[in-house]
Amino acid sequence: MNKTVNQKAWFFVIPVFVLVAFNAIIPLMTVVNYAFQETFGNNVFMWEGTRWFKQIMLSERFHASLGRQFLFTFIILFIQIPLGIAIALTMPKEGIGVPVCLVLMSMPLLIPWNVVGAMWNIFALPDIGFLGHSLNALGFDYNFTQQIGDAWFTTILMDVWHWTSLVVLLSYAGLRSIQPAYYQAAEIDGASRWAIFTKIELPKMKKVLTIAILLRFMDSFMIYTEPFVLTGGGPGNATAFLSIDLVKMALGQFDLGPAAAMSLIYFFIVLLVCWVFYTLMMRNEEKS
Amino acid sequence: MAKVTLKGLSHSYLKTQSSDADWAIRGVDIDWNDGGAYALLGPSGCGKTTLLNIISGLITPTKGDILFDDKVISRLNPVERNIAQIFQFPVIYDTMTVYDNLAFPLRNRKIPEEEIKAKVHEIAEMLELSSTLNNRASGLTADGKQKISLGRGLVRSDVNAIMFDEPLTVIDPHLKWILRSKLKELHQKINRTMIYVTHDQTEALTFADQVVVMHEGQIVQTGTPVDLFEKPKHTFVGYFIGSPGMNVLPCQIKGNDVIVNGKKIETHQQIKKSNFNKTEVGVRPEFISFSNEGIPVKVLSVSNTGRHKIVDTESETGKIKIIAKSNEDIPSGSAFLKFKKEYTYTYGDSWIIE
Repeated sequence: MNKTVNQKAWFFVIPVFVLVAFNAIIPLMTVVNYAFQETFGNNVFMWEGTRWFKQIMLSERFHASLGRQFLFTFIILFIQIPLGIAIALTMPKEGIGVPVCLVLMSMPLLIPWNVVGAMWNIFALPDIGFLGHSLNALGFDYNFTQQIGDAWFTTILMDVWHWTSLVVLLSYAGLRSIQPAYYQAAEIDGASRWAIFTKIELPKMKKVLTIAILLRFMDSFMIYTEPFVLTGGGPGNATAFLSIDLVKMALGQFDLGPAAAMSLIYFFIVLLVCWVFYTLMMRNEEKS
Repeated sequence: MAKVTLKGLSHSYLKTQSSDADWAIRGVDIDWNDGGAYALLGPSGCGKTTLLNIISGLITPTKGDILFDDKVISRLNPVERNIAQIFQFPVIYDTMTVYDNLAFPLRNRKIPEEEIKAKVHEIAEMLELSSTLNNRASGLTADGKQKISLGRGLVRSDVNAIMFDEPLTVIDPHLKWILRSKLKELHQKINRTMIYVTHDQTEALTFADQVVVMHEGQIVQTGTPVDLFEKPKHTFVGYFIGSPGMNVLPCQIKGNDVIVNGKKIETHQQIKKSNFNKTEVGVRPEFISFSNEGIPVKVLSVSNTGRHKIVDTESETGKIKIIAKSNEDIPSGSAFLKFKKEYTYTYGDSWIIE
């Protein structure tokens, strides 16, 4: 197809560019500024080159929080994506059940992050919280403020509760867009339920699932508020994910240079993983 | 392979039905022979797809029975009925190769891989898909994909019937006739009962030995393409089939005489009864000629299609179209028309008077 070439159209991008510059690019540049220099306040800066980057890359503390971060993200993706698809498959396809389910599913998504953290904190308190008290009454030795395993369990459960709905809604939309003829053809071809799922539903959901995985990867990789309110990164540093560790370094210890370098490394990891993932998922698409 | 019989079949998508309009199809009776090629023809919304889905088992009818070889199968599912269906747009399994797509219905039925291989290659050969067998099916063009859908219907050699639900809708016009003649050829080769749903009269008339014309949920006529053209049993068949369609003019019946625009005309039938709310005369444009006497008309316009001329005229009670030879002289202004007696029919309440 012949598309009209009109370079003047770029002028229409200027307002967006200015807005993005103010809320993203300029703040990011100040971070870049801090990442290569040392400051003692009063706007006095000294050039440090790549020193902070080397320091962060070699720091065991960074390795540990990065490891925790990847572990957390993989666990929640591993739970939320299959669970979300499974729930979407069992949701009603017509009738009054559809809006009821959709509204119920959207509820967790509408609750502010810090409220979710606070809710779960109280819910999981071992002495008075419903979850914590029940678990202890059932004979489990549960205390998320002191035991590492319990802290992880509670954080993951909270994230699953908060975000699985997003995967459900996206999968449901993907499932609803499949033409009935596909199911009819599969029925006539004698396909089993499993074959319908793997040969029709999953391939047709590929695009929405790619979006769901990307969104859940990014959000969980940058998670801050909920675990901060729930566990504060503890016990010890057990649930100190990258963001929590970063804030500790920047605002707790006031190590602005290393913190800025860490932010940039953090940013590039997110960017790189998203790019690699997206490219891999879309590669076959372009071939055909 | 099987003989297909439908008995008193009615279906409604509503839970309760108060009027005729609530029924998608009503009172359908059909007898189709084993190995025949049949078409269900009608405009959108006439119930032809509903009827097809009832035969294939995707819809359970509200009333009536479906029989394959005189066995009632109304409550069986599509797998148990052992039929194949090709849909309006190509249904393919995106992630599989062409080969796997064609093998899919066989693999689901646990047929040994050796047999599958032979069968798939045979069908691929017939459909000219052999060179693409190892390609991903999603990379093919629309007609290639539709061939795969078709192939999945053909690989099973024991199917009772193959259904087509407007299978050429998404195919480019220049490929349509290729696929259509391919279908016809396949039918002759494998000799299986084929039922073809379409709103395109050319498709129906070229494909089928017997065409069933549907209108508002009912069968208005079943017959060979020639029957439908030469003796439409319902005025709807008259103007739905043919291009341009049949001329239908109001008439009066007095005794044995048929009067159109005050002139007595001769028709095919002997009229015996005349207690109708509405009586009409139908005659195709092909069977009208200019004459020195007859129905008086005014010639409005002439369009030359190359092969013949289509003349628009206006009579006292309505417009009449005439097909004339391309070298024929067309009178201008006033003229008289003569209808060919053998092809002129009288209709009472839209149905032919027998």
